[in-house]
Amino acid sequence: MKFSEEFEARFAEMVPHYPTKRSALVPTLLYAQDEVGFLSDEVIAELAGRLDLTELEVRNVISYYSMLTTKPRGKFNLQVCTNISCLVRGGEEILQHCAKKLGVGHKGTTPDGLFTLEEVECIGACSWAPAAQVNYDFHENLTTEKMDRVLDKCLAQAQEQLQRIKSVDSLADTLSQRSEG
Amino acid sequence: MASLVSHPDEVKVVTRRFGLGATNIDRYLELDGYKAVQKALGMDADAIINEVKNSGLRGRGGAGFSTGMKWSFVPKQSAKPKYVLCNGDESEPGTCKDRLIFEHDPHAVIEGVMIGGLAVGARSGYIYIRGEYRYLSIIMQKAIRDAYAKGFLGKNIFGSGRDFDIYWHGGAGAYEVGEESALMESLEGKRGIPRIRPPFPAVVGLWGGPTVINNAETLASVPHIMLGGAEWYAKIGPPKNGGTRLFCLSGNVAKPGVYELPMGYSLKKMIYEVGGGIPNGRSLKAVVPGGSSTPCLTADEIDINMDFDSVAKAGSMLGSGGVVVLDDQQCIVKFALRTMKFYQHESCGWCIPCREGTDWLKKTLIRFHSGGGVKKDIDNMQYLSENMLGRTFCPLGDAAAMPTIAFVKKFRKEFEDHLDGRPCPYEKAGVAEEMEALSH
Ligand SMILES: Cc1cc2nc3c(=O)[nH]c(=O)nc-3n(C[C@H](O)[C@H](O)[C@H](O)COP(=O)(O)O)c2cc1C
Ligand code: SF4
Ligand code: FES
Repeated sequence: MKFSEEFEARFAEMVPHYPTKRSALVPTLLYAQDEVGFLSDEVIAELAGRLDLTELEVRNVISYYSMLTTKPRGKFNLQVCTNISCLVRGGEEILQHCAKKLGVGHKGTTPDGLFTLEEVECIGACSWAPAAQVNYDFHENLTTEKMDRVLDKCLAQAQEQLQRIKSVDSLADTLSQRSEG
Repeated sequence: MASLVSHPDEVKVVTRRFGLGATNIDRYLELDGYKAVQKALGMDADAIINEVKNSGLRGRGGAGFSTGMKWSFVPKQSAKPKYVLCNGDESEPGTCKDRLIFEHDPHAVIEGVMIGGLAVGARSGYIYIRGEYRYLSIIMQKAIRDAYAKGFLGKNIFGSGRDFDIYWHGGAGAYEVGEESALMESLEGKRGIPRIRPPFPAVVGLWGGPTVINNAETLASVPHIMLGGAEWYAKIGPPKNGGTRLFCLSGNVAKPGVYELPMGYSLKKMIYEVGGGIPNGRSLKAVVPGGSSTPCLTADEIDINMDFDSVAKAGSMLGSGGVVVLDDQQCIVKFALRTMKFYQHESCGWCIPCREGTDWLKKTLIRFHSGGGVKKDIDNMQYLSENMLGRTFCPLGDAAAMPTIAFVKKFRKEFEDHLDGRPCPYEKAGVAEEMEALSH
């Protein structure tokens, strides 16, 4: 299976940092997941092979870590903290607001595949609570209005990408029509 | 990215370079960067350890163990390589300080790891950063690369004839991995299940080699001690509690933020002066003084000094520096429930008292909070928690039990107010059910 050049460079650099190959496993799994979207059977088999592990050993590790997933998630993984510092500053209202707006519950993904919602434990933003992460980006001192703006931005970003794909597609169509004609 | 605050009572040691662009290695050098490690290179190992011992520096990760003492436990001779491991897993609810150190002063952490390495005779170190902190991993990876490029890391550092390597390592979401032995398991590419001790990591740690594990703030303090001297550092705080502490003030205060205050600073002043008091005309109900694992203090108990020994004397712990303030509109039962949900979620499941205890307590608290509690539950929660204490392989079991005991003991009346099917006095009707349906 093929990963990006960046992944390969990182992997090649990282493995010699440890006396045992498998030590590179946890960060490697996260980088692989970031590229593929989730830890597919193919990814697991590939990394198990590279690190001299069985697939079962890799699955065992995956199931321990909350950020790792073997199921596809939305393009935007919306992680709302409701732990203590966020709780006392309205973290639950933020979570409920997102659930209503997106029409999904904890670990649910919207039908268009854009958003996955997750209630998470403390993300280290307690002094700027309530807080959430969209993928790796922090959003802090949230209000429901601020959360709406964050979600709108995600939507706009997705639409812009879609537009770009569409224009590439139509360009491809035009080109192929020309070569046919 | 996270915003900085300041207050005149702050004593800026670890935060001295915050906001000054010190992630840039040349800027860091202008700000006395890499001077401490060069000084340490000219000292013998015991002298470094003594300096750190005399500074009164105690672990900022939670337990508050003397750093110099910990370093002295590493055997001088070892057939296997020795290591320094920086704990940047920062996951204790209420704690958000290591994040700022990585963001603003990553080279100070590198320097701290190097000095630790020189003290214990290690030739390499790892800086473990939790997976959620991706932007900080990027900053740290760059800082390490820049240090190599300058020849500060690698072979023959500063022309001393000695070699030292530092590597970044990343997590992928797990509180338990912050526990030192689970941290090593995670670094070795395994599930974060703790190891039985003894042997302690200082003797048998990473890949079987002697390993010193320290919190990021602890290590970032070390270069300042080397430059300013043990005596100066020790005097900032009360006896046996040297230096400053990054207090993560959160919850119902007017000015939450991370403040670097001298060890032993008054909790009352921290809340009312530094934090600007309780907003919205409300009053103080309780404070969790050192992260979610530490027993809460009531409004009558805040006249204490925030150092390890004083907070212990008051029946709680200074812990990780996470000070969470609750106003009079917060429901203690709900707060206890959210705390327990966390521990139940994070328990690695190895020990029965922790795995079953947290699950049972969580279920009881959910039922209790939604009005389905009976009087006997209150004593049972306390009894069960007390029986978890000291009966588990790692301290997570205690971390779940201790705050619960304090909530029940100190706020029994609030638990009783939820009895007989009465709705939670603090919550709008239906909200609890809605949350339960949504929650993990
Ligand atoms: C469940 C659990 C989680 C912990 N999480 C962290 C953490 O995120 N960061 C940390 O530095 N120490 C954490 N600790 C404490 C470490 O086990 C260890 O004591 C600490 O890293 C030692 O460094 P110090 O002496 O500099 O404090 C945790 C302990 C337990 C029991
Ligand atoms: S106390 Fe809990 S987290 Fe710690 S080893 Fe036992 S089961 Fe695992
Ligand atoms: S409790 Fe929400 S970020 Fe720490």
